[in-house]
Amino acid sequence: MAEQDTLIEQIRAHVEDKLPALDGIVALRRTSEGTASYLFHEGDDLSQLVLNPRYPLSTTVSMLQKRFPEARFGIVARGCDSRALVEMAKRNQIDPDRLYLLGVACTAEEAEECHCATPAPDIAQWPQAELLGTPVEAGSPNPIVAEYDAMPLEERRVFWKQQFSKCIKCYGCRNICPVCFCEACALENPAWVEPGVLAPPFPTFHLIKAMHMAARCVACRQCELACPSHIPLTVLYDLMRRDVGRMFGYVPGDDLEALPPLSLTLE
Amino acid sequence: MEYKNVLTTCVYCGSGCGLYVQVLDGEIVGVLPVKEHPISRGKLCIKGWNATDFATHPDRLTTPLIRDGDDFRAATWDEALTLVAERLLAIRDEFGPDSIGVLTSAKCTNEENYLLQKLTRAVLKTNSVDHCARL
Ligand code: SF4
Ligand code: SF4
Repeated sequence: MAEQDTLIEQIRAHVEDKLPALDGIVALRRTSEGTASYLFHEGDDLSQLVLNPRYPLSTTVSMLQKRFPEARFGIVARGCDSRALVEMAKRNQIDPDRLYLLGVACTAEEAEECHCATPAPDIAQWPQAELLGTPVEAGSPNPIVAEYDAMPLEERRVFWKQQFSKCIKCYGCRNICPVCFCEACALENPAWVEPGVLAPPFPTFHLIKAMHMAARCVACRQCELACPSHIPLTVLYDLMRRDVGRMFGYVPGDDLEALPPLSLTLE
Repeated sequence: MEYKNVLTTCVYCGSGCGLYVQVLDGEIVGVLPVKEHPISRGKLCIKGWNATDFATHPDRLTTPLIRDGDDFRAATWDEALTLVAERLLAIRDEFGPDSIGVLTSAKCTNEENYLLQKLTRAVLKTNSVDHCARL
């Protein structure tokens, strides 16, 4: 606990130092209204800057950069935020040259809770970045993936059929995703997803999302945490990411320069 | 360049899920679930995720309308409330209290619902008060 206290103090001090040279820093702010993302400015009460609970920050940075094309913002970023920003940068949703990234290493407990493979930002790939905290080992893999692997094919189909039948089509998994940004979403196209019908078409609804997340999902777990129906969505995306890794050697969020395989094949 | 999240409660049903309205320079730019909310715990249904859509909708009523023949005309709150009060009292006096029923709403706060039943019983003098959650 004491180490975490020092880390948050270091982060706040760094943010204070950097704010005068930037148009604001995106981070989480805790007030009497709870905790949510916020654009900190010089003079703001930095004792309100916190690290939990996690919210997607890359989409906020993207929106701010688009709204203010000249501005230079900063972000307090965990590993998953940084990975999401990498994928957003490749799809022209953020401009790395106008971003200062203050990376924060997650704790071993956090890495374990998220089953996170890279629990600290790789700051070397960002034009302006620093890292606070000591990077820890990867968390253990999601045990449900191993259970799933052990199932025969038919059982896997039943597993997903059961899980997806719980879906109330809230679109929360899409809305909260830090790498989802399309103006026109296939999941809102009546040709694919009939409006007013529950559960959504099996397996199209979830597989369309999964296809669009191939070579893009950065394993942040936000979708699973936002799902009111407790569908183990990260298992689906873990499997997708594993396939993309095996087939194309591509790891989303790993390398700002590497082009996503779907863009390459389309060219 | 002011970006913040404003805490509010979803207006669509009686569950009372917590949501943040994302506001950029005074303009609503999105909705986020409140992860620390004791009821909704970081989850929302499709209505909550879209709870702000009506806020700036061109069809949104921004002033009371009073029926005028086949049409409506814009009125002030004072005028509209006075008319409603006068008509309700006139109907009560002419046809009796049980000619009136009141439907309250899950979208109101507990306090507003309390006041509505109080008004129904103590002023309109009827027990015919119910709630949209039972419809
Ligand atoms: S884990 Fe879910 S929310 Fe996070 S990037 Fe992948 S699909 Fe999007
Ligand atoms: S968050 Fe869950 S319930 Fe909502 S659309 Fe996604 S899978 Fe379905």
